[in-house]
Amino acid sequence: MNETILSIRDLQVHYGGIEAVKGISFDVQEGSIVTLIGANGAGKSSTLRSIVGLVRASGGQIIFRGDDITNRDTNVIVKKGITLVPEGRRIFPDLTVLENLRVGAYLRSDDISEDIQWVYDLFPRLKERSWQPGGTLSGGEQQMLAVARALMGRPKVIMMDEPSLGLAPLVVKGIFDIIREINDQGVTVLLIEQNANMALKIADYAYVLETGRIGLSGTGKELLVNEDVKKAYLGS
Amino acid sequence: MQFLQNSLPYILAGISVGGQYALIAIGYTMVYGILRLINFAHGDVFMAAGMFMVFLSASLPLGVAIPLVLIITVALGFIIERVAYKPLRSAPRMSVMISAIGVSYLIQNCALYFTGGLAKVYPQLPWLSDTITIWGAVTKRVTLVTPVLTLVLVIGLSLFIKYTKVGMAMRAVSKDFETARLMGIKVNSVISATFIIGSLLAAIGSLLYFTNYASVTPTSGGMPGLKCFVAAVFGGIGSIPGAVIGAFIIGIAENIIKGLGWTTFSDAFTFALLIVILLVKPTGLFGEKATDKV
Repeated sequence: MNETILSIRDLQVHYGGIEAVKGISFDVQEGSIVTLIGANGAGKSSTLRSIVGLVRASGGQIIFRGDDITNRDTNVIVKKGITLVPEGRRIFPDLTVLENLRVGAYLRSDDISEDIQWVYDLFPRLKERSWQPGGTLSGGEQQMLAVARALMGRPKVIMMDEPSLGLAPLVVKGIFDIIREINDQGVTVLLIEQNANMALKIADYAYVLETGRIGLSGTGKELLVNEDVKKAYLGS
Repeated sequence: MQFLQNSLPYILAGISVGGQYALIAIGYTMVYGILRLINFAHGDVFMAAGMFMVFLSASLPLGVAIPLVLIITVALGFIIERVAYKPLRSAPRMSVMISAIGVSYLIQNCALYFTGGLAKVYPQLPWLSDTITIWGAVTKRVTLVTPVLTLVLVIGLSLFIKYTKVGMAMRAVSKDFETARLMGIKVNSVISATFIIGSLLAAIGSLLYFTNYASVTPTSGGMPGLKCFVAAVFGGIGSIPGAVIGAFIIGIAENIIKGLGWTTFSDAFTFALLIVILLVKPTGLFGEKATDKV
């Protein structure tokens, strides 16, 4: 494996008096797919949101390529190369598909035509719909657009919050194929999922979050056959 | 022909006032579009621009005073947002609105302090204040300049919002703060830009508007401010073309009513219109159909 690109040390996140993340630590290796699985309210989203600076970490450290990025402004963190595909897609419904992609490259001042070509190759469906407002796309297409938009910033690490949520099984499979393809092209992926089965199959390494703490960890294959994980998350 | 001769001055005045209202109404509608805030201080920023002009033109040549008025008004709009609205970004919307009402009274009372409550004579702007005759109707040149300038500025603004990076960021921020931040957009800078554009247009509007009046008082911003707010609601608050069309309709209708001899009722008409709109079509002419995001 390569070296650690993102390192979380004893991260804590509070909302008012409620402690959503209770001191978790984990590492993401460069070029890998890492997944955090866990039930609702386990602190998965809070972890990702604090990494990208949308919520304040109340304790601990987030280290990206040797830099401490804890509680930096979101635009600084995005510029350094971490991006988040938010839960529920959150594409800009009034902007066209192409404009959504341009917004994704907001921080870049170089030529982005090659990158637009690149994401259109990854998602041919988006190219057909280039001039449509984002809000007119189907759920699956919106998820593709959200991923494509995040890729436009040329991230080193792409984090995805429940990309399979609310999508038909066939579409989910398509999304996971794309995740693998993005990863093959050298982008590190940090994925959180309730669909533990799919997530573990694709992951190089996985952590199980339980009410703000890391319970188990191991390679995706190890956790797929782990009896506790099977019982709690795989429904078998 | 006789009818046209009699009514032309009122229609011309209506188009002109409509253009001035449009420049102010854009400030209301843009700020609402991004912050969902009705910026009650906007009419007073417009009045303050008039006051700046009175005081600056007393000691400086107009060529210097006019650009300075624009710059100072923009700075005022920027500072109001930073001091009174930005700290309340995550507060309930009602708090921000009350803060806006507070700023409105603060500006009025500062103006009261500096003027001693006396009406200040607005300077005559050469060329703009000159009298001209069109088809027998006598009017000031500003009456013709206003609609043209308004249309140029509105078209420029629309192109800016549609085709520039900042314009795209504005559209993104107006829909979704958090996702806009994820794109690396500095939401606070985009909001500042909105206030800067709104204040600049209000300052230009004030130059055109007060040219038609003899003086500025600390409460001069109240009535035009309210009417422009009505124009923005009429057009569908949040929509720029809506605000412009609403402003022209209100400006022209008011002056036609004046022309019919019912001057006393011209203000009442505007507010009656507000009530009717809110009852019949609360989203206005071009308002968003979608409900508020949750």
